[in-house]
Amino acid sequence: MRNDFVRQMLVEMKNDPSVYFLTADLGWNALEPIEKAFPLRFINVGVSEQHMVSMAAGLALEGKKVICYSIASFATLRPYEAIRDDVCYHNLDVKIIGTGGGYNYATHGTTHHTIEDFAIMRVLPHMRVLAPAYSWEAREATKTMMRAKGPFYMRLGKSPNIAFEKPLFRFALGKGYGIREGKDITIISTGNVLDLAVKTAEILYVRGIEACVISMPTIKPIDEGIIRKHAAKKKAVFTIEEHSVIGGLGSTVAEIVLKTGLNSKHFEKFGLPADRFLKDVGDREYLLRKAGLEATKIAARIQMKLGR
Amino acid sequence: MEMSARAKCGETGSSLSVSDILATLYFRILRINPRRPNDPSRDRFILSKGHAAAGLYAALALRGFFPQKVLLGHRANSGRLHAHPSKGAVPGIEVSTGSLGHGLSIAAGMAESLKKTRSKLYVLIGDGECDEGSVWEAARYIGRVALRNIIAIVDDNKVQGYPLARQKRTLDLAKQWSAFGWKVLRVDGHDCPALERAFREARRIGPAVVIADTVAGKGVPEVEHTQGAHYYVPDTAAVDTLRKKI
Repeated sequence: MRNDFVRQMLVEMKNDPSVYFLTADLGWNALEPIEKAFPLRFINVGVSEQHMVSMAAGLALEGKKVICYSIASFATLRPYEAIRDDVCYHNLDVKIIGTGGGYNYATHGTTHHTIEDFAIMRVLPHMRVLAPAYSWEAREATKTMMRAKGPFYMRLGKSPNIAFEKPLFRFALGKGYGIREGKDITIISTGNVLDLAVKTAEILYVRGIEACVISMPTIKPIDEGIIRKHAAKKKAVFTIEEHSVIGGLGSTVAEIVLKTGLNSKHFEKFGLPADRFLKDVGDREYLLRKAGLEATKIAARIQMKLGR
Repeated sequence: MEMSARAKCGETGSSLSVSDILATLYFRILRINPRRPNDPSRDRFILSKGHAAAGLYAALALRGFFPQKVLLGHRANSGRLHAHPSKGAVPGIEVSTGSLGHGLSIAAGMAESLKKTRSKLYVLIGDGECDEGSVWEAARYIGRVALRNIIAIVDDNKVQGYPLARQKRTLDLAKQWSAFGWKVLRVDGHDCPALERAFREARRIGPAVVIADTVAGKGVPEVEHTQGAHYYVPDTAAVDTLRKKI
């Protein structure tokens, strides 16, 4: 999805001369087209994430629209106070881009895993939170974010290389997209575990449970309408995310599901362990398995929940 | 002094140590127009050491940015003035600050945006604030890319929240800034003509830092140079004494 983002940024920066692109020394072999096309508006600030975000706030105070780019954990956790005080408090036009969220930097280890970015970003006033799942969402989310004012956080991961989009899809902020129909239950996922959600639905189908799959590229503002609609019509609602089960998509959906009268019998969130760092060595798929995010396991748990 | 006495709380010593710096900037240096506080061609001033906000509010009111009666709302219920500056609360505040170590980076962004203009960025930092690593992230960047329109001012009053500066000072602030690529000017922070000369020189040679040798609690002999100056809260008698002295 990084390349989809870069390609779209070339368009956005060509259209809007007020856009600046800051990186904290990351993006080698990816950002060069932007640097080449816009050398005066592309700045590598060095390995200094706090400085990058506060500097972005300064540029935005003077009317610029600014991208801050780094690995998701470094882009969010290190400069968090600058994001809160300088960007969100002033409600400035700064877009934080975190690449490789979740376990996408799998073998790099815990410092490079981002399991709490949705939670800490969505709690900030004015902040909007995006987590596209595949190429189309990444491109459209970038376009939408760049054409909106104010603070955004967007998490990027590796695209599952499946084109899930349908001809009728029109991307809008705070909107969920039906990827697969199903009359019994609904699975909502965000980011690039969408393929896992679809795979889970396929397993359930074979076992006689029809699961609808919704991709939710915007976590804040959340598509409350679609959640309410499915909570009212389906036997149960489930969420899947490559994020701690605390504070992310699952918590957001739970807050809405509660309002509809459904209770924990009809809802469960699947995500990364709440109170444990994963120290295992392995690729993303391996780590997701270790964390319990595996289609067969999720399907089995859903079956149990439904008493089937 | 009156504002802190009225609020019965304050970080008065910090405002007193920067009062001559603020007076010099707002009345002799900054190209600003209180009637047009958002004039794009203005100089910008950022109080990175936000806890000296009382001093900034007084300077802005005296310079005509808002009526002096607004100062009564400092730290008061339904007042407009926090203990740290909040952009939009009153005209003239460029940036909300309060957490230390943000101002210089914000100035770098503004300076990047304004580098083809005549506007200058002044950022006032505390010597205690220089403990923050982010100050040096910004200093290193600004020195490296030579953002010439930035003037940093260090209020070197040698007192911070909890006694640390009283330990033997082994670090030389001037050498630190110089090592990061800044021109360094040292000046008596209570000598207004000398401050004015230093600021005019700094405008010419930026990025430059003016290290102002100041006294925490300046003007109140019983707290000057003491740790107690930082959180000093004057009573009305102290305010009267100072008024008479002035």
